[in-house]
Amino acid sequence: MSSREMPVATPTRLGWAHVCLAQLRRELALARRRGGDWLNPLLFLALVVVLFPLGISPQPARLADVAPGLLWVAALLAMLLSLDALFRTDHADGTLEQMLLAPQPLPLLCLTKVVVHWLLTGVPLALCAPWLGVLLSLPAGAAPVLIGSLLLGSATLSLIGAIGAALTVGLPRGGILLSLLILPLYIPVLIFGAGAVQTALAGGSAAPAMALLGAMLALAVAGAPFAIAGALRISVNG
Amino acid sequence: MWTFVHKLGSPKWCHALCARLQPGFWIAAGLLLAVGAVWSLAFSPPDYQMGDSYRIIYVHVPAAILAQSVFVGMALASAVFLIWKIKVADMAATVMAPFGAAMTFLGLFTGSLWGVPTWGTWWTWDARLTAMLIQLFLYIGVIALRGAYGRDDQGAKAVAVLTLVGVVNIPIIKYSVVWWNTLHQPATFTLTERPAMPASMWVPLLIMVLGFYSFFIALTLYRLRNEIMRRESRTRWVQALAD
Repeated sequence: MSSREMPVATPTRLGWAHVCLAQLRRELALARRRGGDWLNPLLFLALVVVLFPLGISPQPARLADVAPGLLWVAALLAMLLSLDALFRTDHADGTLEQMLLAPQPLPLLCLTKVVVHWLLTGVPLALCAPWLGVLLSLPAGAAPVLIGSLLLGSATLSLIGAIGAALTVGLPRGGILLSLLILPLYIPVLIFGAGAVQTALAGGSAAPAMALLGAMLALAVAGAPFAIAGALRISVNG
Repeated sequence: MWTFVHKLGSPKWCHALCARLQPGFWIAAGLLLAVGAVWSLAFSPPDYQMGDSYRIIYVHVPAAILAQSVFVGMALASAVFLIWKIKVADMAATVMAPFGAAMTFLGLFTGSLWGVPTWGTWWTWDARLTAMLIQLFLYIGVIALRGAYGRDDQGAKAVAVLTLVGVVNIPIIKYSVVWWNTLHQPATFTLTERPAMPASMWVPLLIMVLGFYSFFIALTLYRLRNEIMRRESRTRWVQALAD
């Protein structure tokens, strides 16, 4: 707080867009160097999808019935598992403190991080889901709606999940707690995401459900970055 | 007026105020609950369709109303704590959470019991039941996050943020499940319309609701005093009280 009243040295004033771009590049470079980490949620999705025919029944008609909800639940859990690591390494190596100290607004930096998380988990999950739908006898006609609903919905999931990840980053075993905090908040997205695919399959228009998914995303983009920033400040400063 | 509000922020003064307010609320709770219970169980007429089984409404509806009110109360206390850094507000939010969770559970449990004679099933994925169940998980999440930070108030701000995020989400969850599936009857009490029940049924219900509120306030004051004592146990005035 006191640094605001007495400027020690004039910091280089970087524009917001510049900083966002720099952070985007940093996150992508980190992901590239970590190698195959981004594949893990996809493998998780594939494995969960394989479990269900084994557990329920291999009959195509029964599988096609539950396929939209099943793919959505599996994708949601894959997103959830990837969230625990969102701020953890940055917290461990001190990057988070630098983010908090940066003169640029923290919500903006948080939003950039979430966008990268969505690009590296949500987008691949959305693009892979129709292929796994084939295993569940999901009709090919549902693929565009499935991809679209997952693209919109997973962005909301990333934003909401980041709040939980920020709240639990200071705790030694945050993982299971994170799912307890976040899953109830995921329910509306799940309802409309899976609902969009189901209506499309039944021959109806998926537009209303997609519009609601878009509305939830708009609300999350407007509100979540501030909650994430607040939660990070609390987790780091106590 | 403002000095009163400012004084509320002082744990010592708040402790004394709770002690002064408590007996009144305990008496009100005892009287209202006794009158409401006897009236509703013995004197109000049986329902022409559901018979006597409808009487579970006298526990079910107050519990469900309290479950929602307590969350709003928790969120208000959390907002006060985050904005003005008043510790007593966080203590109040702490002691409210388990009671709210208990009321949510009671609402679900009595509803489940009531479902057997009326709907023929213990559970159905109706919108209100689902929303209440999700709310129970939100309560548990709030309690678990505080528990994860240990017994001191380190996690207080994190819990406050989570409570506020939860309260923003409750209406969204509510409407999303309403559009998803609906079987439950609409709300019993609304502010704008007369209840659909005869007065001999809804007056005892109203008494029970007020009784539950009084009990909630009395219990919160009682537990708030304990919480203040526990967290301020190093201060001189608490040690003087203990001696």
